[in-house]
Amino acid sequence: MKLNGKTVPVEKGQTLFEFLTAYQFDCKTIAVERNGAIVPKAEYESIRLSDEDILEIVRFVGGG
Amino acid sequence: MQVEVNGKKRTLAGCSAFEARALLGSETDIVIVNGFQIDSDCPLSEKDILTIIRKSSLPGQEELESMMMARHTPEVHKRLKQGRVAIAGLGGLGSNIAVMLARIGVGQLLLVDFDIVEPSNLNRQSYYIRHLGMPKTLALQSQLAEINPFIQIETRMERVEAENVAELFGDYDILCEAFDKPDAKAMLVNAVLEKLPDVTIVAASGMAGFSSSNLIKTTRPLERLYVCGDLENGARIGTGLMAPRVQICAGHQANMILRLLVGIEEI
Repeated sequence: MKLNGKTVPVEKGQTLFEFLTAYQFDCKTIAVERNGAIVPKAEYESIRLSDEDILEIVRFVGGG
Repeated sequence: MQVEVNGKKRTLAGCSAFEARALLGSETDIVIVNGFQIDSDCPLSEKDILTIIRKSSLPGQEELESMMMARHTPEVHKRLKQGRVAIAGLGGLGSNIAVMLARIGVGQLLLVDFDIVEPSNLNRQSYYIRHLGMPKTLALQSQLAEINPFIQIETRMERVEAENVAELFGDYDILCEAFDKPDAKAMLVNAVLEKLPDVTIVAASGMAGFSSSNLIKTTRPLERLYVCGDLENGARIGTGLMAPRVQICAGHQANMILRLLVGIEEI
């Protein structure tokens, strides 16, 4: 699977939520696009990833 | 030959910029030709935009507006005047971005913040002692009116939640994300990308402390999302927010908004 332009391994049947947790992303501070479409937070736990997926994850840090 | 002088079309028979000044003003007046202030004389040609400014005199409204915009690249002013930009959060980023957008003459601004001005804001935000205790929306609106009285400013003093994002920002082409907290930034970005397919977001992430200025950049991770900042340095215990890097980041956001308003999508 592609994550922000780099190829990363994804376990068979892994959900997006499991993947994000494994990569230590804080779900409250990110936006995730999968194959060109924004993924609503409510779908993180139901989406199952595959090798063909292209993910873009944008992470926000505080300050403004 | 038709040229525009101080916002009005005039017919001048083949003369130079300084000859036009001698004709219409006096020798000490400043002359700006197509956005550039000239020191030595130059010829004029058809459709040139000429601004002749008398020092320390207060002109009428129409003349004032054309003089204020004289340093812009020509043809940009009209597009900016038609521009509509919403700014969510009026802290170090949002207040400074609003000031820049007002200076360049963006025609309509929506300013959204629920908070009031307090002393710890003054280290980086565009407010003054006299604004302490005032809603940020009104404190900023009063400054913008003094900088550029020719733009329309709408204010909403309320907290932005996923539920009111569509109602607040649905009418705008460009939304500037200028919140402080990372979860609020992500909430706004997610809500807009999910619910408002015609809105482009210019957001910020990473401008705390005093690391190199050159780490702050403009990125476009998603089609409708630009993110400015160093993407790393969050505000945390031991690393505060300081005027220079916050304003550099605000400048990145304001310039990207300017580029979008004139039709350029590249970062």
